[in-house]
Amino acid sequence: MDNKIVSFSPHIRDKITTNRIMIDVLIALVPAFIAAVFIFGPRAALVTSVCVISCVFFEWLYQKALKKPVTINDYSACVTGVLLAYNLPVTIPLWQAVFGCAVAIVLVKQLFGGIGKNFANPAITARVVMFLAFSTTMTTWVHIPDVVSSATSIIPDGVSAATPLMLMSRGDFESLPHLLNMVIGTRGGSLGETSSVALLIGGIYLLCRRIITWHVPLAFIATTVILAAILGDLSLVPYHLFGGGLILGAFFMATDYPTTPQTNKGRVIFGIGCGIFTVVIRLYGNYPEGVSFAILFMNMLVPYINKFTLTKPLGGK
Amino acid sequence: MRKINGLPVPHFKNTAGYMPDKLPTPFEVRLPMQMHSGKPANPVVKVGDEVKVGQLIGEAEGRVSSPVHASVSGKIKAIDTHDIITGQKAVSIVIASDGNQTVFEGVAPPSVTNTEEFIKAVGDSGVVGLGGAGYPTAPKLTLREGTNLDYILINGAECEPYITSDTRTMVDKTEYVFKGAQMLKEYLGPKDVIIGIENNKPEAIKKLNELCQGMAGISVHELPSLYPQGERKVLVYNITGRIVPEGARLTDVGCIVVNCTTVAVFAEYIKTGLPLVSRCVTVDGSAVKNPKNVIAPIGTPFRLLFDFCGGLKDDVKKIIHGGPMMGKAVPSSDIPVEKITNAILALSEKDALPPSPSPCIKCGRCISKCPVNLMPSYIEEAYELGKIDLLKEYKVNMCLECASCSYLCPAKRPLAQVMTLSKKMLWEKK
Repeated sequence: MDNKIVSFSPHIRDKITTNRIMIDVLIALVPAFIAAVFIFGPRAALVTSVCVISCVFFEWLYQKALKKPVTINDYSACVTGVLLAYNLPVTIPLWQAVFGCAVAIVLVKQLFGGIGKNFANPAITARVVMFLAFSTTMTTWVHIPDVVSSATSIIPDGVSAATPLMLMSRGDFESLPHLLNMVIGTRGGSLGETSSVALLIGGIYLLCRRIITWHVPLAFIATTVILAAILGDLSLVPYHLFGGGLILGAFFMATDYPTTPQTNKGRVIFGIGCGIFTVVIRLYGNYPEGVSFAILFMNMLVPYINKFTLTKPLGGK
Repeated sequence: MRKINGLPVPHFKNTAGYMPDKLPTPFEVRLPMQMHSGKPANPVVKVGDEVKVGQLIGEAEGRVSSPVHASVSGKIKAIDTHDIITGQKAVSIVIASDGNQTVFEGVAPPSVTNTEEFIKAVGDSGVVGLGGAGYPTAPKLTLREGTNLDYILINGAECEPYITSDTRTMVDKTEYVFKGAQMLKEYLGPKDVIIGIENNKPEAIKKLNELCQGMAGISVHELPSLYPQGERKVLVYNITGRIVPEGARLTDVGCIVVNCTTVAVFAEYIKTGLPLVSRCVTVDGSAVKNPKNVIAPIGTPFRLLFDFCGGLKDDVKKIIHGGPMMGKAVPSSDIPVEKITNAILALSEKDALPPSPSPCIKCGRCISKCPVNLMPSYIEEAYELGKIDLLKEYKVNMCLECASCSYLCPAKRPLAQVMTLSKKMLWEKK
């Protein structure tokens, strides 16, 4: 009867685990995956698989090489892989995708201490590195046939097209796709960012499962929309909303736990900051898209946001 | 009014519907002299003495202390030191039972006509905070001069999973809870006596509501079933809206919180003269064959209660004194039932092993649900770095140790343990 296990309270725990959270994020990314395969063809699945496998492999390799406990079974590397893939053009050479995965997992995540310790979002940082390193392939977009107004002529495969944000930044408003294309995702862009509807389904799933709170997505999207309306052309606001990586960024990248604030107040500040930088880059910067840079920049500010958003204890002096 | 964060922990109130069964008189009981906070009681018997039920065997020592009474009739077998639930050792008196349960001749209702006599009677009854805190009730009810007492809250929240002994008190001894409430109103003179009960105990609410009908100044307050509703500062805030400032006492905001079973015990003592010698204990958990409520003499080893409930399953790996959120795991079932033992739980292997922690992913769940808005993940980081100034800034001293943070953590980090260690670190380096 004696010598029972003695441990500190509590003796019951909630069912939620890190693994379960990662699985929920992967589930939430499924609709966008299906949309990507429909829109961009089977190569979207190939790029995504290569990224997931590479990310898991690099995590395993790093931890094996440094004789650390292997943590690939927490699925966090899978999430990074999928998110990075969603930020790449479907035509990306596979070796470049693998290089991006190495940057994300080894450089950004593991060198800073692994899960929970990295201060910058691995997928976003890797995307930015690739954008600078492979600027041609990273900005080559396949033409997507317009499914809404079939007026546009068929353009042969392999001919490069432009994303809505590129068209806007060039001032080529005539060529902007029909708004409905933007919502369902039949437009030029990174393979996982185009289908706003699919991403929103995933985002709502994450909100319902309480994996994320509404603070970052709402603050981020609202700030972007309001600023784009004030500083830009009102009629172009829907293109700011659905034309780039805003939905993907707001629901899946700017809600990454370790690289964003832990309090709701901090999350609102973070979201507003992301929105401001996104619009400023899009309207006044050299790059047509600013979501990645905005999130990465705000990642750097998180320690300061955390410092200024300490909670006030109930009854504390 | 801002709502206090609460957790919908599972209830597991499996035993709520069962009248408690009386445990057959044990052959031997062991009564620790330290079953309360404050100074231990002083033994007033010696080995070989004959004692009867309700006879004083340990007298209160100083202001914050509580007397101990014989819970069985028989002979004093030994006075030694033995493990108690806190993990410490305490002087304890072992009584070999004669099986007759003869009541002590001196047991007679005390005369209570004024506040002084009332508080003396409460002290003599041997009652302490029976919700688990164990603070002697008499000094708690002794108001310092100039105290403006507005509310006495009777705590029937019982927010911990599994435990139903307070529920049974309110359902089976409704009269005594109500009588006690009346006495508190009469002798301490608060504006209101409010009985706070979580809404998962409809029977208790109904029965007490019937008695409080038309009574000025005594009422029942129905509370949502959210952990840690029964924590005294949380209870004060949720019923009165008053915030207890850092470092202040409850009486500083005009409140006293008393557990409902505590109230029933002193009310019964004042009526019958029989002090606290037995209590209702919830025996439950995945390794208990037939969970039930048991009325057991104080000092009965846990082992006998488990045997009475059909015994333990073979895979039992953990025994908990109290509830699963704040209760203490004890190494052995030889430990005796104390005054504050509202439940004993036995868990099977799959529920017993603490999960292994993984790195913090900074999800902020612990922050979002802390009842007093602390930041456990920040505190953990500060603790690991040994940063006293940060621990001070983060106000870890205000932690209620309710363990909501550990409960919620997806990385299964032992946050509540770190909070307790941080408080200690802060205290020592002061």
